[in-house]
Amino acid sequence: MEKQEEPSNNRRRFLKGTITLGAAAIATGAGTVFGNREESTPAPKTEKVKVLTTDGKVIEIDRPVDQCKIDPCVPPIGKEARQGIPGRSFVMVIDLARCKNARKCIEGCQEGHNLSPDQEWMKVYLMKDNPDGEPYWLPRNCFHCDNPPCVKVCPVGATFKRQDNLVLVDNNLCIGCKFCVVACPYSVRIFNWKTPPASDVPHEQYSPEVSLPAQIGTVSKCDFCADRAREGKLPYCAVSCPMGAIYYGDKNEDTVFNGSETVRFSEIIKDRAGYRYREELGTKPNVYYLPPVNKMFDYESGLSDLSEEKQKVYDEIRNSKNGNHK
Amino acid sequence: MEAVNISMQEFAPRLETPSRKWYLWVAMLSIISLVGIYALVMQIVKGQVITGMRDNAVWGIYTANFVFFMGLSYAGALVSCAAQLLRIKWIKPLVRMAELLTVSSLIVGAPFILFCLGRLDRIHYLFIYGRIQSPITWDVIAISTDLVFCIAFLYFTNIRDFARLRDYPNLKVAPWRKKLYTFLALNYRGTPEQKKYLHQAHDIMAAIIIPTAIIAYSLLSLIFSMSLRPGWHSTIFSPYFVVTAGYSGIALLIVIMWIYRKTHKLEKYITILHFNYLGFGLILLTFIYAYFSFSEYFSDWYNQTQAYSLLLEKFFDFNQFAWLSLFHVVFAIVVPIIVLGFPWLRTVKNVTLVALFIVIALWVKRYLIVVPTLETPFIPIQDVRPEYVKYSISWVEWALSISGIAVIVLIFTIGSKISPIIPVSEVADVQNLEKPEILFKTKGE
Repeated sequence: MEKQEEPSNNRRRFLKGTITLGAAAIATGAGTVFGNREESTPAPKTEKVKVLTTDGKVIEIDRPVDQCKIDPCVPPIGKEARQGIPGRSFVMVIDLARCKNARKCIEGCQEGHNLSPDQEWMKVYLMKDNPDGEPYWLPRNCFHCDNPPCVKVCPVGATFKRQDNLVLVDNNLCIGCKFCVVACPYSVRIFNWKTPPASDVPHEQYSPEVSLPAQIGTVSKCDFCADRAREGKLPYCAVSCPMGAIYYGDKNEDTVFNGSETVRFSEIIKDRAGYRYREELGTKPNVYYLPPVNKMFDYESGLSDLSEEKQKVYDEIRNSKNGNHK
Repeated sequence: MEAVNISMQEFAPRLETPSRKWYLWVAMLSIISLVGIYALVMQIVKGQVITGMRDNAVWGIYTANFVFFMGLSYAGALVSCAAQLLRIKWIKPLVRMAELLTVSSLIVGAPFILFCLGRLDRIHYLFIYGRIQSPITWDVIAISTDLVFCIAFLYFTNIRDFARLRDYPNLKVAPWRKKLYTFLALNYRGTPEQKKYLHQAHDIMAAIIIPTAIIAYSLLSLIFSMSLRPGWHSTIFSPYFVVTAGYSGIALLIVIMWIYRKTHKLEKYITILHFNYLGFGLILLTFIYAYFSFSEYFSDWYNQTQAYSLLLEKFFDFNQFAWLSLFHVVFAIVVPIIVLGFPWLRTVKNVTLVALFIVIALWVKRYLIVVPTLETPFIPIQDVRPEYVKYSISWVEWALSISGIAVIVLIFTIGSKISPIIPVSEVADVQNLEKPEILFKTKGE
């Protein structure tokens, strides 16, 4: 495996080395999202782990127990992975008023899924809906549609829809025809054009829920981090967002959680006029957006950290008289 | 068509031991094909990163070539089967060329969609895990069926010539080829019964191939029109593809006809009449094609929905696709109408030249169907990776495309060495004024 500066890309050992306090808070707080329906807590292990305190000291504490919120904790392999977790209906709510293009969700996702820097499962777009409209940032991951165009066109069934809403890719089956990439109207899917970065997950343990290890010549995309949900953790993007713009949860429990607050899914959609991107395409996404009204940040603050070259990419949209695209 | 004297005597020498020039020609074509194979091996070894395809334009000229070559195959099937069913006598000398075109372009075209696959090692999954819901599976079924039927038809129309070659005295060919003719002729002796059955087999195959080819080509268009993307999501796509296919195929048939007429001195069989008739067919198809092209773009242009107008603008932007679309419109629509439309411009050379440009322009059209739409997704491309935005054709893709053409030429070269390029027996039928039974009879009162 390539030596990486980042602490870890092993998805099941999230807390390794130093972790931020925010992440520690989530690891313990996430239980509020996924109720422990099946009482099957595994025996707690005593393992020490280093954490950073508010005053900058590194201390060693007992490793927070990997509480299994959904049984089984280990992501399934093969045919079983195509079923989905019974009774779950995963859903995401993204608050556009909070997004300021910090791009931490992208980084967190890339690190967690061991993606190379040019592979982005999560993307952040600058959108301008109409000539007089104020631009806003739109984080976009896979929408895990209920009527997924990508699943329909797959000639071998390598991509599939599960009963828990997830649309996943089995890269042991994918023949790399890229028809799904073409079919997805949201440009979600990416292709492994070259050999992907090596992963420490052995090939035999490959589960579509974990998406590791990646394979050359196959398609990959956002997997909604179902394996983390099993452990009661939020997806990497939601964990990484410093603004708490990304809520994740279970529609059946009617709760979504962004790492610091848990809200009723139905209420927040009702109160904040939640919508789905390009509803008219009939894909029935499971990612909802809260409109960018009363924004917490000016959209331009999202440009300040970017290099001049990258800023230029957005100039056309900012100066456009015709809304986004131009 | 006037009856011409035809016998195997004239064609047998052409089939005999090939000259040195012929071997050189075959060697050259094989080398070009090998370069393509080398490119394919490189692509398999290094991954598709060495092609010009990237995350937005995930398909490129492989897909364009696929559509293009499949289209060429369609016209051959149409011409030879229509000639069979409608008992059109004048087409007879062209039937073998048309069928060779069908089979060779099918053999070359079908693999191009496979070159798009990231995992060629899993190609058998298409059969093991095939899902009938996917348009790709429809294509796999339709194209393989079409290929089998077309090869069968090519063979059926050859049986009588094989029998003639078997019975031809002093045919100076290697013994294995004589054995081959004996085997392939299936003991055809020209008894009335054999004649009847062979004729029926021709009719049945022809009647099956016409709809099969139309279905195959319609399904091909569904790979595009089943997507939600602007420029693809079109109800007109199936008939549009069928018309475009016929158009490009007839144009190429004229070019092939001209080449064989010149190189094989076939002026006696391929006459000005053939250029007249096919030229007339070509201008008819030009108008139908122009009509379809106009219909395809007009309503979307009129409505100016966001995604579609963005795509349309690219066709008028000289930094994008305007040069290519201009080339396409000029050489696929404007020039053919002018040259074929005015009698004083309509010479054999001009018709052939126009036909050649139509073939090229229709390849460009396929490129314009595939690439611009992929570069115009619903969510704007705001990629910080500039090389991931624009598609450009890499040497690998060029090598494979050119070797594809080389393989088609190779199949023609070898095919016309195995059996005469003018179907001797069928033309002789016309000569002997053998009247075949009419296929579609209505009972009298």
